This record gives sequence, C-alpha cells and structure tokens, in this order.
Amino acid sequence: MEKFTTHSGRVLPLRRSNVDTDQIIPAVYLKRITRDGFEDGLFAAWRKDPDFVLNLPRYQGATVLVAGPEFGTGSSREHAVWALQNYGFRVVISPRFADIFRGNSLKGGLLTVELPEDVVERIWALTDSDPDAEVTVDLQSRTVDFANESVDFDLDDYARWRLLEGLDDVGLTLRHTDSVDAFESARPSWMPRTVA
Amino acid sequence: MVARAEPRTLAEKVWESHVVRRAEGEPDLLYIDLHLVHEVTSPQAFDGLRNAGRRVRRPDLTLATEDHNVPTLLIDRPIADPVSRTQVEALRKNCAEFGVPLYPLGSDDQGIVHVVGPQLGVTQPGMTVVCGDSHTSTHGAFGALAFGIGTSEVEHVLATQTLPLKPFKTMAITVEGELPADVTAKDLILAVIAEIGTGGGQGYVLEYRGGAIEKLSMEARMTICNMSIEAGARAGMIAPDATTFDYLRGRPKAPSGSDWDAAVHWWSSLPTDPGAVFDREVVIDASRLRPFVTWGTNPGQGLPLSAAVPDPAQIADPAARSAAERALEYMDLVPGTPLSEIGVDTVFLGSCTNGRIEDLRAAAAILQGRRVADGVRMLVVPGSVRVRLQAESEGLDQVFTGAGAEWRHAGCSMCLGMNPDQLAPGERSASTSNRNFEGRQGKGGRTHLVSPQVAAATAVTGRLTSPADLAGIPGSSTVNA
Repeated sequence: MEKFTTHSGRVLPLRRSNVDTDQIIPAVYLKRITRDGFEDGLFAAWRKDPDFVLNLPRYQGATVLVAGPEFGTGSSREHAVWALQNYGFRVVISPRFADIFRGNSLKGGLLTVELPEDVVERIWALTDSDPDAEVTVDLQSRTVDFANESVDFDLDDYARWRLLEGLDDVGLTLRHTDSVDAFESARPSWMPRTVA
Repeated sequence: MVARAEPRTLAEKVWESHVVRRAEGEPDLLYIDLHLVHEVTSPQAFDGLRNAGRRVRRPDLTLATEDHNVPTLLIDRPIADPVSRTQVEALRKNCAEFGVPLYPLGSDDQGIVHVVGPQLGVTQPGMTVVCGDSHTSTHGAFGALAFGIGTSEVEHVLATQTLPLKPFKTMAITVEGELPADVTAKDLILAVIAEIGTGGGQGYVLEYRGGAIEKLSMEARMTICNMSIEAGARAGMIAPDATTFDYLRGRPKAPSGSDWDAAVHWWSSLPTDPGAVFDREVVIDASRLRPFVTWGTNPGQGLPLSAAVPDPAQIADPAARSAAERALEYMDLVPGTPLSEIGVDTVFLGSCTNGRIEDLRAAAAILQGRRVADGVRMLVVPGSVRVRLQAESEGLDQVFTGAGAEWRHAGCSMCLGMNPDQLAPGERSASTSNRNFEGRQGKGGRTHLVSPQVAAATAVTGRLTSPADLAGIPGSSTVNA
C-alpha cells in the first residue's frame, strides 16, 4: 500500500447523502478481475448527466471528494474504493461513512475523513465561490485545513500508523502465526469443515 | 476465561471466544471459522496471494460458490458474456490452484452463498463467518457473528484465517408482542430500517430479541439478519435456541452423536446473559406492524403499504428532505399517491433475503389458482439448486409457471442486476431483494422492496398489493379475462 502522510488538492463537492456503493460503481462494472481500470465505472449512471458535478470543467482535477452523510452504504465491493482511486481521488470527506466502505478505504490507502456536517457545508461553500481552493489533509496532525480554518479529525492510532507507514495487514498478521497456531490447536474438533 | 464474568451479550461471547491476540493500542485479531467466497470479490485477493507467494491457510474452512454473476437461464451452455465468463473461470482456476472447495454452476450445491452455507449446516451458532459480501449478516440468524468484508480482507482471511478488528458496539432490537398474521419478517426488518435509518446501526452489532423474534422460523430469522447491513450495521444476530438446533440437526455439515451434544452444550451457553448491557436499545411493538414497502431509493425510505407517497415538504430535516425529493424524482412518484396504486412492470422473487423455500411456498400459496397480471413479468429465482429441487418436488414450480411466472435457475440474479436479469430504464419492480438503490436492478430501473407475499399479490394485480387485498380476486380464469 502507498504511504499517506499529507495531501493538498481541489475539491469535488458531491451534495448527496446515502451515496451507496452501487452509485459509486454499478454492478455491471465489477466483472474485471484486476485492481485497476475501474475509473470508467465511477458514478457511471450519474455521469450520463452532463451537469453532474464530476463532469463540470470547473472541478476537473479535483482529488478530494466531499460528500453528504452515509457515504459508501450498501455492497461491500472494494471496487468502489478502487474506482475512486483509479479516477484520481486521494481523500473522501463525509459526515459519516458506512463501516465496510470505511474499512476498505483505509486498507487500500484512500483516506476517509469524518467531519461534522457544518464543516462539510463550509467546504462546499468555499468551492462554490472558488473551485480552485485547495483543502489540505494532514494525517500526521489529523487536521483538515481550508480557507482560514483548521479542523481536527478522528482516526484511531493504529489505522493512522498503518497508513503513514504504508503497511500491508497480511504481513503484519503473519508475524503472529504462532498465536494463530495456538488458537487453532484449541478449537473443538467438531467445528465444521467444508471438505470431507 | 474468567469463571465469574460480567453478564455478557451474545455478540460479546462470540467475539471473546475468537480472540487470537489482543494488544494495547491494536485491533483484536479474531479467528474466522468459516470464509465464504464468490466470483466477484475474490479474484484480486487470490492474485494478492499469488504475487506474495502465499497459500490459503485453511481451505477446509473456506467454501466457494458461483452466484453473483451467473445466468439463470441456459446454465448448461458457456456463459454468453465473455467478461462474466472470464470472472467465473477465474474463480474455478483459483479454487483449483489453492485447494478451495467450490460448488460451480451445475452442481446440486450451487446457489447464493448465504443460502448455501445454512442449508449445508456449515453455518452454526457461535461461529465467526465472513464473506466478501455485505449480506453475510444473514448467518447471524444462527447466533454466529457474521459480517461482510472487502477484497483486501478476503485476502487477509485466505492467508491467515484471521482478521484484525476493532470491537463493535451492541444494540438490542427488542421486538415485543406478536406479529399480525399477514405481517412477515421482511415487513418487520423494513420497519426497523425505517425506524433507525440507513446509518442507525453504524458501528453496531444488532441483536434481535423478544417474543416476536423467538417465534420466527430460521428462514424468517435469516431474512431479518440479512438486512442488518441496510440499517448500517455490519452484523445482526439472534440467540440460538431450540428452533436453531432443530434446523441444524441432520444437516450434512452439522455435528452428530456425542459431537452434537457437545455442540448443543456450548451453543446453549451463548444467549445474552440476564443483566447484560447493550450500548443502545430499540423497542418495536410487533402488533402494530403492517405489510411494508419502500417508496424511495434507500431501504430506510419505507412505509406501510396502506400509506401514501410522502410529501418532502413535510420533512423537517433538510438532508432527509432533499434526499426524498431526489428519490421521488428518480422513482417518478407524486406525493400523496396511495402506495397501493403504484403499478409495476416486473416482480422479482428471490435473493439471499427471500429466496429460500419458505419464501417460495408463501408466494406460491398466493399465486395458486391466480394469474400474473397482463403486462407484468414475474421472475422466480430460487436461492440455491437445493431450494429449486425442493420447490419442484412440492410442485411449486408448476404453480409459478401455471400463473405465468418464469421459473429460473439459482443465483443472485435481478437483486443486483449483474447478470442479464435486469430492469430496463424506467421499468418498475416489486422485489423481494434488499436494495432499492438507483439503478440497482438495472440502469434507470425503479425498485420497491416487498415481502414474498406482497410480491405475489402485486404480480396478480399489477400494482403494489397486500395479500389481504386480494380477497375479491379469486380464481385464475376471471382475473385477466
């Protein structure tokens, strides 16, 4: 995973709540067996509308998506994270994320930042007046800076450390194989197996 | 383990019994008893293993099936869509290479992953169950801690049989009283989601409890736990009891003999202790529930079928109001229209929510002697091959086809519109599935979530209808004369 320390970028304001993962990438785009090339499917249905915010010239090149609450609900498809990353987003800001999407994003190096609704509203207002305004997300200090504001955000120490170091979870867990072996040896023998 | 512990909830007991490693400042490392795999969320995970030179630690605790992206017609021919075919073939190749058991298309045990696990008896109380699919919460009906994961986590479980996890909070959903005779588990869970909202369960494991839950069959319990994710919760659970044990006894992967006794002894210790404290409690009065349908584009936007399309102007919260406005525009609905006057083009009976044998029986009982309305297409897609075979042995397929419905092969089908079973733009469905998101069942399609009983009654009239309102429409020959 690529390390994440700090990122400054322009904002794509997505003024919608309950942006579910079927909107982020519809099922028909999930047939690819690689981790790349999913940008074509990003918001595929909404993109058919020329006035959809992703299509507006003023927001081209934005790397920070700022959306309404309950972002990433629905299907567990990690393709939603890949589609956002493949398109060029590094950070998503929302008042509230769905759990599975949040976990997927942090594992994949897409930083998801929860900020209160009033802060999200102020970022939207800023980009309305100045689409070139940048937001800076600093994972080291856990702050989001825009205009003259600096707002703290929460992210647990462990997730932050993994992102800062760009660590692979599987590699970390394999260091504890002895613990897994010990646990397994104590499991009841009657627990089900999928092969005879 | 401590001899005299604090009273604990079901979820806490299952969690604690699976902690492989606990360290200050780190997530718990949890052992995974069962990992279910399907073709859509696994190929990149197997690639990750291959690239790192890793193996699947416990193929014998892993089970794969083909469900999301398979056709429900002509299944004995090669899959027509070459991209879908490549994905299904990748699963077959990966399972062969890594030694993972697979039930492919054509096998008697193929079907939707969340229907297959329980019917094999491989889902049992007190287990941890994961799958790269958010509806893994279904298995919580057995008192298992079961939740959906992303592809990175699929890779992690394949490689280590564990997952690092931060503890969930616990929420009790206590359903008191008795469900009216014409109200189903689907109506109940839709009402719960409307009550707590699509984000209400975020960060929680839900435990459904109370008299109304205890009376439910395993299949109804699965319907409820299945849609926990639609309330934002990763997992939903129901305490194991005699109903659970009766369902499991004799299934192919259930323990037998003295193992059965040992298992039941442990399973019986799992229900939440008296006095255990939940982080949040919600109480629902079952006796007040009615058949429920969704009118909008998220599963929290639902109302009793006897109500009317809501007026966004009456919604105080600005975000909810604008979401309702957007939803009504997408759904092409006018505030004030009685929900029972909304006409549909398609009825979909199936999915991991309502594709089990009881669901098919309930719908067939309503369609018996009646006809699907002219101009309405009804798809019946059994959740698994076993469900299909059971239905055929009971003659249900004859009831469906006799009424004018299509009898299909098993799979996820129109629930997510990944295979050819899709709504056309602008088409409207009554669907027993779990998500009414924009375009979920096909680009531009409009979905109303309903129970199997409402689906069947709707098929007969062509508009959203509860079975009670069919009273005046008996007999097949008179309906569409």
